[in-house]
Amino acid sequence: MASKLTFDTDWTYAPAPEGTANVKLEKRYGLFINGRFTEPKSGKYFRTISPSTEKKLADVADAGPDDVDRAVKAARRAYDTVWSKMKPSERGKYIFRIARIVQERSREFAVIESMDGGKPIRESRDVDVPLAAAHFFYYAGWADKLDYAFPGKSPRALGVAGQVIPWNFPLLMAAWKIAPALATGNTVVLKPAETTPLTALKLAEVIAEADLPPGVVNIVTGAGETGAALVNHPGINKIAFTGSTAVGKKIQSDLAGTGKKFTLELGGKAANIVFEDAPIDQAVEGIINAIFFNQGHVCCAGSRLLVQESIATSLVQKLKDRMETLIVGDPLDKNTDVGAINSRMQLKKIEYYLKLGREEGADMYQPACTLPEKGFWCRPTLFDHASQSHRIVQEEIFGPVLTIQTFRTAEEAIEKANNTPFGLSGGVWTDKGAKIFEMTSRLRAGVIWANTFNKFDPGSPFGGYKESGLGREGGMHGLLPYLSLN
Amino acid sequence: MTTSELILPAMASVTRVDTVGVEERVGRFQTRSIKRDSKVTALKLALSMIDLTTLEGRDTDGKVRQLCYKARHLHDALPDIPHVAAICVYPTLVGVARRALEGSRINVASVATAFPSGQSSKKVKIDDTRFAVSEGADEVDMVISRGAFLEGEYAAVFDEIAEVKGACGEARLKVILETGELGTLDNVRRASVLAMHAGADFIKTSTGKVEPAATMPVSFVMLQAIRDYFYATGRMVGMKPAGGIARAKQSWHYLVMLRETLGQAWMTSDWFRFGASRLANDILMQIAKERDGVYQSIDYFSMD
Repeated sequence: MASKLTFDTDWTYAPAPEGTANVKLEKRYGLFINGRFTEPKSGKYFRTISPSTEKKLADVADAGPDDVDRAVKAARRAYDTVWSKMKPSERGKYIFRIARIVQERSREFAVIESMDGGKPIRESRDVDVPLAAAHFFYYAGWADKLDYAFPGKSPRALGVAGQVIPWNFPLLMAAWKIAPALATGNTVVLKPAETTPLTALKLAEVIAEADLPPGVVNIVTGAGETGAALVNHPGINKIAFTGSTAVGKKIQSDLAGTGKKFTLELGGKAANIVFEDAPIDQAVEGIINAIFFNQGHVCCAGSRLLVQESIATSLVQKLKDRMETLIVGDPLDKNTDVGAINSRMQLKKIEYYLKLGREEGADMYQPACTLPEKGFWCRPTLFDHASQSHRIVQEEIFGPVLTIQTFRTAEEAIEKANNTPFGLSGGVWTDKGAKIFEMTSRLRAGVIWANTFNKFDPGSPFGGYKESGLGREGGMHGLLPYLSLN
Repeated sequence: MTTSELILPAMASVTRVDTVGVEERVGRFQTRSIKRDSKVTALKLALSMIDLTTLEGRDTDGKVRQLCYKARHLHDALPDIPHVAAICVYPTLVGVARRALEGSRINVASVATAFPSGQSSKKVKIDDTRFAVSEGADEVDMVISRGAFLEGEYAAVFDEIAEVKGACGEARLKVILETGELGTLDNVRRASVLAMHAGADFIKTSTGKVEPAATMPVSFVMLQAIRDYFYATGRMVGMKPAGGIARAKQSWHYLVMLRETLGQAWMTSDWFRFGASRLANDILMQIAKERDGVYQSIDYFSMD
């Protein structure tokens, strides 16, 4: 064993909590339908809590089928009477306005995102919120240029889009969905995830403030049943879903024969491939960002590390030392690197896989960090000496859990990387340009990063192969699912 | 470790460095929020790590004696202020500093080897080193032959460092890479590996006479090289960023980087130094501000 470093230092960082004084949350949120908040016809509400304290943040309406129906009808009316008749450049102005208001209120959005979802403020402040604003800015620009995106065609809006989004990037996913839908001239009914509805409801406030015509964007909160009611509503022309592969499959079968267009952005089990000629220390940092970003609640997380055998021992040692320096705790602390697991349910699922990994014989390693008593927490974890037949290698864990396998040749790396039902993303680390092109053209995944990981840009399309989904979001490609070209 | 045991590793096999990745990680260090007690602790630690430096042609005995007094008494108006780690001067002024610092635990460091350019014969460099040590230097800050390094004459650079180390005797050797002349982070990494294998006790970024001097990315690459050398050999090597660090805030950025790269064992003046002349006063101003809640005028702090 090589010499050991110790990161249990005399000098530590004092708590640096982000202030919550300027954050205004209602005690109770209704449904945002036809431009204003209304009581649910269902009469039901559910609680949304902070996963880091388990304290209630607000009560949120639980939309029943009647509520979904109201929302879809409002969206249809808005489409027929206003939105489809508006000049595209005017439509663009509204989206620009949303983008600007999100930017102006970015701090408030970041704090609420961290409170409701458990992600570190560093990420919600530096990634989620700026990217959400960037998506609105980007698609606002397309609104009056659709003819140029599809030369020789006559792109037309579809009508009402039903959109169901997950809990890992609540505001960002809302932006990914709403921005292209509006730019292409569709109206929207959006259902945020039940554990993280608050930033979508704050976005409803922004939409009202931007003076969007009533009914153009409707936001209905609820759990799976609400989502199913939306997906199966006959008044919907297009479904956009981001979430688990299991639910994605169900949606695809429900939609068969209905004529509704759909895009699905589902699970992943990305291979992050590190060659011996890579810039090793930057690769280590990339591996950390790939799997521990947002507690590993990332569909494109680099959850399978494939490392060339000649460097495996030293790379794993560096990974372990780097993990010792990760600060796990209060999401609102500006120094926190890894926040809270999003829900008790998700924590149970991750813990199931931690137990399974040990039973399967992989070597588990976790840093010595102390965890808060209240709330849902999981230490950053790696499983060394994992093998292709382990379920921890095959199945999506959606938590801060990395499996490590070695490979000898590029051929073997490709084979292992592609040997999965998923195909959302991947990473390649090498100093050789030719090797990057060789690997990226043979990896069957929608997004592949070279010498970096988890980088996003509104101009770049995103989506999966195989069970990771259908269709692309982002970029010019992201316009197509919301348009008819005939 | 004798000179005959030292082996130059293959420079081509030294790991590559990706600049984009380095800058991204450095950005993370800089956004660590350091507040209250944590800030004061860091600032005092930084003060204790300073090599208070004067390296001017116009330096005089009197100037050096004043600096030595400052080294022992940074700011007597504030309580619990540590003294700096060392005074860093030219070889001819080592004797003056030695006498002025008698009875203190502050080291005398001397630059040597035809500082700052290193453009002289090996014999002159060795003699320069021997002179500094004979005058009483506890530490020698040598420069590498950048021309030879950039030409790929690694063995020549390696031998020179090893011989200077031999001439140092008991004195600790800091090897200045002059990273501002090395051009790439790949070269910084290679030069670090080379210097450590040749026997360096410390590796140091810059002479302070070339721009850019110390930067966070360059220092980070050197810290990572130190870590890998420690993993492989178990020998600790110190780090000294020098030049361009004048602000208190920069000092805690460096300490954050040190803490998260090498950890506890390096968080002392035995293993980490700041080569700086203006840094001390800015840190003192910040400490006074933390105590009083308001900034004091620069005129309250001595300018030695």
